[in-house]
Amino acid sequence: MSFSVTEPSSRTKWFAGTLVILYAIITIMPLLWIVATGFKSPSDAIAYPPKVVFEPTMEGYVNLFTERTRATPEMLEEAGPPETWYDEIVREKGMVISGESRYGQRFLNSVIIGFGSTALCMLLGTAAAYAFSRFRVPLKDDLLFFILSTRMMPPIAVSIPIFLMFRQIGLNDTHLGMILLYTAVNLSLSVWLLKGFIDEIPVEYEEAALIDGYTRMQAFTKVVLPQAATGIASTAIFCLIFAWNEYAFAVLLTSGTAQTAPPFIPTIIGVGGKDWPAVAAGATIFLVPVMVFTILLRKHLLRGITFGAVRK
Amino acid sequence: MAQIIIKNVRKEFGDFTAVQSSSFTIEDGEFFMLLGPSGCGKTTTLRMIAGLELPTSGEIYIDGEEVGQKPASQRDIAFVFQMFALYPHLNVRGNISYPLISQGMKKAQVKAKVAEVANILGIEDILDTPVGGLSGGDRQRVALGRAIVRDPKCFLMDEPLGALDAEFREHMSEELRALHDRMNATTVYVTHDQLEAMQMGDKIVVMNHGVIEQFGVPQDIYDWPATMFVANFIGSPPMNVLHFDGAVQEGAQAVEFGGARFAIPQQNEGAAGNLVFGVRPEHVTLSDNAPYRGRVEAAEYLGTTQIVTFDTPNGKLKARIDAETIVSPGETTGLAFDPRTVTLFDAASGRALKSHANMGVLGNG
Ligand SMILES: Nc1ncnc2c1ncn2[C@@H]1O[C@H](COP(=O)(O)OP(=O)(O)OP(=O)(O)O)[C@@H](O)[C@H]1O
Ligand SMILES: [Mg+2]
Repeated sequence: MSFSVTEPSSRTKWFAGTLVILYAIITIMPLLWIVATGFKSPSDAIAYPPKVVFEPTMEGYVNLFTERTRATPEMLEEAGPPETWYDEIVREKGMVISGESRYGQRFLNSVIIGFGSTALCMLLGTAAAYAFSRFRVPLKDDLLFFILSTRMMPPIAVSIPIFLMFRQIGLNDTHLGMILLYTAVNLSLSVWLLKGFIDEIPVEYEEAALIDGYTRMQAFTKVVLPQAATGIASTAIFCLIFAWNEYAFAVLLTSGTAQTAPPFIPTIIGVGGKDWPAVAAGATIFLVPVMVFTILLRKHLLRGITFGAVRK
Repeated sequence: MAQIIIKNVRKEFGDFTAVQSSSFTIEDGEFFMLLGPSGCGKTTTLRMIAGLELPTSGEIYIDGEEVGQKPASQRDIAFVFQMFALYPHLNVRGNISYPLISQGMKKAQVKAKVAEVANILGIEDILDTPVGGLSGGDRQRVALGRAIVRDPKCFLMDEPLGALDAEFREHMSEELRALHDRMNATTVYVTHDQLEAMQMGDKIVVMNHGVIEQFGVPQDIYDWPATMFVANFIGSPPMNVLHFDGAVQEGAQAVEFGGARFAIPQQNEGAAGNLVFGVRPEHVTLSDNAPYRGRVEAAEYLGTTQIVTFDTPNGKLKARIDAETIVSPGETTGLAFDPRTVTLFDAASGRALKSHANMGVLGNG
């Protein structure tokens, strides 16, 4: 085939492909390193020069999920032979498992707060975006600008007032507090993105539904929502990624009950400061939910992330 | 099927009045045209009938019931949108059955109904294809299918052929008219194309700037325009308007201007000042010995006829005459007008003066 506007030449394709692969390698290297470190022994993890080939061990993961104490011979005697594979790993180091670590609970907090705030943000964001897109809202432009302006400084700039406020009304270190906070931070983004997506949906679709006998609410759920799915999915991913990775507020506002994984993971390293594999294991597991969520919504994301450049 | 009565309906958007107090009646089974230039309030009027827009004041009766302030879902009407508004996430069958499902109709019945409609429209073979890839004509048919599947009280169509190319429009407009004649459903059809309105409509309302200029059957509107706007909007080329200063008395049967005297239908009202003599191009004849002279500017050959443009003392004038008549630019000839077809207008108000000839028609408006 000769020259074509839409079909790139094979040389262009090769070049683009190589670039993409190079970029992918560069961005994925640190990630692979973390995953690998999770399966190293503590000494391998800090070996110099760094070890690319090593003997994998589950020690990091076991350490991540357990509390251990140094075992005296009497204790070992009392406990009998190791019952499970993780028992065995711990015994080899001359330790016994004394309990479960707090990682699981912190991880669960992250799930509750991350997905909770994302869901709330989508609910409020879709409703607000729909209203801004379809109804005559007094002072619409000013309101939209105000909503956007909440993102004009880094959220952390208001951390002190928020800290004091949360302490005053008892939201410190609660799931609800963190969900509300992350929702507030993400809402402006979600309203703006979703308004763009809803603006793209011709209002005639809803009107056709109204004439076909549906109520306004039904028209919204049956006509607008399916067509805004792409936008909602991509916006949800942005919200989740922010809430999931947020560190500064989490450090400041949570310490126990509602502490999320990001502030917890660095504490795993322990007093001796040598348990890097456990930290890496914690980070690896922490990556999984966002990855799964993104892969599940991948189909929508590809179209949605081009911000409204949805084909008609 | 139903009669629709529009009574003193007004619509304001903030300070802007999109539709001035309007009244007209659409009879049961009529194919009714809302005609006017862009922005004149046609769509707004149609949307008020549909219930997508509520009138600021006035009443709308569908089938004898006042529905002015009722939501669209309670009016039992069907609307065909200009850009068809097919649901992109559903296929053709899904789109057509959508209104039935909303009524909670049984699956088997829906299926039968959709099959029947597909048969009427000749779209059985595309029922299971997605609407995304359909051609303009097929989209149009699907949109119509969604409208007729429900047997609504009336059909409202907003420039339904606007998105099609010229050739196909012709074809679809015939198809639409045939469909209407077969189902005999009251249809309100919005268009800015006067030819389409004349060809398809049983009755026409001509709107301009939110005001109803005239309301009647196409023939009457063409022959006896109520205003200079209608005279100029309908017909191609439109009615000739010759401006002159003068006077007519009630009962007069002739006017004088440009050094000539012209017979006109007997006047029912007198007027003086800046007047307008209106005559359709096909009612102008060339006559060597007529006292009123015009100089030929151009001739446009149309096959069996030609449109000749003249420069006269009272402005430009177009005549539709036999293609065989030989005219050459620059020559001067006499012009005569068929006295039975003349309409006089008052230039200031743009209103037609009443005469014996247009009385019956203007009485309606
Ligand atoms: N929701 C609205 N808010 C404010 N003004 C409006 C609204 N809808 C219509 N208008 C105005 O009312 C006038 C009439 O609009 P309408 O859509 O009825 O015109 P139309 O005759 O259908 O024109 P077209 O041929 O361009 O479709 C226009 O000037 C338009 O700008
Ligand atoms: Mg319109």
